[in-house]
Order: sequence, then C-alpha cells, then structure tokens
Amino acid sequence: MPSYLLFIATIGGIYGLLALSLNLIWGGAGMVNLGLAGFFAVGAYASGLLTTAGQVPIVAGWMAALVAGGFAGLIVTLSTTRLRQDYLAIVTLGFAEVVRLVAANEIWLTRGTDGISGIPGPWKSALGQNFNSVYFLIVVAALVVVFLVVRRIDRSPYGRALRAIREDAQVAQVAGKPVLRFKTEAFTLSAAIAGLAGALYGHFTSYIAPDLFLPLITVYIFLAVASGGTGRPAGALLGAYLVMTLLESSRFFVEWIPGTTAVQRAALKELLIAVALILVLRLKPSGVLPERIPPAPRPATGASS
Amino acid sequence: MPLLEIRNLRRAFYGLDVLRGVDLAVEPGGITGLIGPNGAGKTTLFNVVSGLVPPDAGSIRFDGQDIAGWAPDAVSRRGLVRTFQVARGFPKLSVFQHLMLYGRDQPGESLWQAIVGTRAARDREAELAEQAWATARFLRLDHLIDNPATALSGGQKKLLEIGRALMAAPRLVLLDEPTAGVNPTLQNEIGERLLELPRRGITVLLIEHDMGFIARLCDPVIVMAEGQVLTEGTFDAVRADHRVREAYLGRRAA
Ligand SMILES: Nc1ncnc2c1ncn2[C@@H]1O[C@H](COP(=O)(O)OP(=O)(O)OP(=O)(O)O)[C@@H](O)[C@H]1O
Ligand SMILES: [Mg+2]
Repeated sequence: MPSYLLFIATIGGIYGLLALSLNLIWGGAGMVNLGLAGFFAVGAYASGLLTTAGQVPIVAGWMAALVAGGFAGLIVTLSTTRLRQDYLAIVTLGFAEVVRLVAANEIWLTRGTDGISGIPGPWKSALGQNFNSVYFLIVVAALVVVFLVVRRIDRSPYGRALRAIREDAQVAQVAGKPVLRFKTEAFTLSAAIAGLAGALYGHFTSYIAPDLFLPLITVYIFLAVASGGTGRPAGALLGAYLVMTLLESSRFFVEWIPGTTAVQRAALKELLIAVALILVLRLKPSGVLPERIPPAPRPATGASS
Repeated sequence: MPLLEIRNLRRAFYGLDVLRGVDLAVEPGGITGLIGPNGAGKTTLFNVVSGLVPPDAGSIRFDGQDIAGWAPDAVSRRGLVRTFQVARGFPKLSVFQHLMLYGRDQPGESLWQAIVGTRAARDREAELAEQAWATARFLRLDHLIDNPATALSGGQKKLLEIGRALMAAPRLVLLDEPTAGVNPTLQNEIGERLLELPRRGITVLLIEHDMGFIARLCDPVIVMAEGQVLTEGTFDAVRADHRVREAYLGRRAA
C-alpha cells in the first residue's frame, strides 16, 4: 500500500476508535460528550509523557492512557450527576478546553505549545520502512477488539438498559434500572477508549501538541457517527472512514480549482465536507447504517397459536 | 400485616395541596380499587409511592420498610412496580425489548458480564424471552413483538404497560387506569387475567373510572377525594355512601 494511503488508513482507524467511543454513550445512552477531543488528549499526553520522560514501555503507556481517559471520564460524570442532562454537554466542552489550556501552559510537565516530540513507536528503528504497515495492523487490532466489545454491549441486556435510559430515563428507573450506575460506567468506558485512541495517535506521529486537540476533532467524530448511523457500532466505524475519506479527497479536489489561494482552498475544503455530509443526512436521515431493532428470538417450542 | 401502609402522606404543588394527609392500607393477596373524581390525587399518590415525586411529609411502609423518598429504581427493585395513566415507554425499543427490560435479576446488565457474555447471562435471557413471549400472547401483542413502541395504537400501549409491569414479577403492582382505551372484549379478558394475579403472589392496587370493572374485580374499594381518603369498603357499600356521590357530583359546586 502506498505510504500515504497507509497513513490515512491508520488515522482513519484512530478516528474509528473515537467514533466507537462516542457511539457507545451518544448512540447508546443519549449522553452528549462535546469534549471527546479532551479525553483523546488526556490519553495522548499520559502515554506520551510516560514513555518519553517516564521511560516506561510503550504497552504500559497505552494501558496508562486507557486508565487516565477512563478516570477523567469518571470524574466528569460524577461531577455532573446532580445536574440536568444537558449540563453534561457543557461540562465536557469545558473539560476539553481545560485539558488544552493545561497542556499549553503547564510547561514544566507538557512543554507547553512546543509539544512533546520523540514519542517512541514500537520497534520503530528495527522496522524502518515497514513501521507504518505494522502500526496500521496494531491500530486495526485495537479497532477489532474495541469493536467486538462495544458490539457485545450493544446486543446485551446492558445495551438494552442503556437504550431505555436514552429514550426515557425516568421510565427506565421505574423498570428498576440504576440509571446513574449505567451512565457512569458507560461514560467511563467510552472515555477510556478515547484515551487509548489518543495514545495510539501520539505513538504513530511521534509528536503531540495542544493544537492537535482542537474541538474540530469532536465535531468530525459527531459527523462521523451521525452520518454512519447513530446507535450502531458498524455505522459509527463506517462514518469515521467516510469522514476521513471526505477530508482527504476534498484536499485533492480543491487543488484542481484554478486561481485560488491557499486560504481559500482550506475554506473550500471545509465547505465541501459540509455539503457532502448534508447530502448524506438528507438522503439517509438516520445514517448509512441506521440502528436496528433486533428481532425477538422465536420460541423453540413452536407453541404459538 | 398490610403489604402497603401509607400514613399522613402530603404533597403540594405550587402551594396547592394535592395530597392532604392520605392514610390507607393495602392487604396482601387481593385486588384493591382506588377510585375518585378527576383531580382527586390518585395518580399523584402513585407518583409519590413509586418514588417519582418525593413526599412533603408522611410515611410509606412497603413490605416492612419505609420507602418514602426512595429513588424509583430502588422502589421498583424492592418489588413495587407501577404503570402510567398516559402510556409512557421507549419509542425506539420493540415490544419484546420493553418486556425483557422489566425482567428482574439480569446478570447481563453487569458491564463485565455483558462484555464476556457469561452463561448465567445467556440462560437468564432465554428464560425471560420465554416469559416475554407468554406475556405478549396473553395481551395479544405477539404479532407486534418486533414493532417499536411508536408503532402501537393507544390501547396497545396501555396493554404493553401492563405486560412489562408483570414481567417484573412484582409483589405489588400499581395500575393507573389499565384498560382505559382498550376495547371491551379485551378489557374483560384482562379483568379475568388480573384476577389470577393474587394467586401468583402479586397484589394489585388499581385506579379505574369504569365502575363495572371495579365492581367485578376489586375488594375493597378505596375512595379518594380532594387529596384524602374519603372512605373504604366493598363496592356496594361504597356506592351506597352518600359522601361518595357528593364527591363525584362536586360537593363544592352544590
Ligand atoms: N407535577 C405537578 N405539578 C403541578 N400540579 C400537579 C402535578 N401533579 C399533579 N398535579 C395536580 O394535582 C391534582 C391531582 O392530579 P392527579 O393526576 O393526581 O389526579 P387524578 O386523581 O389521577 O385524576 P384523574 O382521574 O383525572 O386521572 C391536579 O389538580 C393536578 O393539576
Ligand atoms: Mg390520574
């Protein structure tokens, strides 16, 4: 595979992880996380710092990113439990900004806007040219594992309870479901996945800085999940690659338009993406792969008359 | 000992006293009727007992424990499940999913067990699926089992309310006008089935405006008016009570 495509496929996979993370809580439980980029950054910084300044093995860094992301998620949900549901969106938005500001200003720890460079990649020197291929496979492996986990949840009684909470949390309580426990667990797991995605990103590009974790990433992932299909893991994943493809192909497309400056081309690119996504949602309002109602298992006895 | 015992229960909204010291007791193993004119506070009483609305004062003893002020999910898991007068539910979930959701003790509702997919979770799911089918057949909803709740008619939504409450195998079920909007034939059948519940260990407290239905099913009948219990007794005794007639005709207007 040409190295450019490989690069896109790897970043697309990382976006895929973020989309699965968002779909778990947004599609699954109706919780809005506008600070996805913040959890992504927490994971990237946790692993980036531990493996450079901290000298721990890369795999330990990834585990730490999972834990750090999940812990941040836990704190954010617990701090909003007494507030109405829409406040979670506001708090998460604020959280992501705080993470970015801390990363930019706590220079002793994060080296500020200079960012952290030289984040090690697994077997990077030994692999040489093949590093990108191997890393792509690592991302695919992470994607497969996370996909299987969230799909299991999606199809389990747990996922059913989450959906009920999404539709009407009060009636879900009447059904006996401890709404707070479900929401806290799901959000924590979702944030952990975003943290892992952040770590995978940092070790791939070997460089992270506050500017790489702008709210625009969160917007892209929302677009990915909405266009791919909210409430269905396969849809979220498809949406991530759809958005990635749009982002990259629009870049080539605008190059062909004569007589435009670089700034105009960048704006045109955003415009193209917006138009494409509006088209997708016009034609398929619930996404390309919409949520499905699983059919009830038919009774084996056949006593239906 | 009564299964449910309410003492001096009070609740006001915006300065309007809706429950003005309700005292009542429901004995285990029967079907108790709760009647009263519109606005008497019957639904509000259900809201407070089921934990959706906290009481201002008073006690609610259920099965030996004071549950006043408990969260709705804790009340529900304790074995007290209610239905809604205006059917509520989960628009995008199917009839089957509604029924399954109300099942008790589901190992698959632990995050860990959901991910690894334990045997216990699968077995319980299969067990509940059988019950869900039986419940759907009983309520004539089996041909709609994969339909989302939005695709049900008003009466069918009420039937689903009853069905899912029964799936929880509660000790006490509070039914708020369970057959309002259900056709008479099916209403009769539901009445018949409700009569079986006490034998299955389920005590029923039901609100209804259809006096024929109350007469056939309920003993005793509790009458509420203006946020208090007016009287209690057999249907015939209650019907003969002139205070009950006055309450229905509107005492203040007269
Ligand atoms: N959340 C609330 N906020 C304000 N007022 C309320 C609220 N809930 C109930 N009320 C008021 O309490 C009174 C009693 O209402 P409730 O629904 O309990 O009556 P009901 O006996 O169930 O009547 P119906 O037979 O018509 O269903 C009404 O006047 C209603 O407006
Ligand atoms: Mg009412």
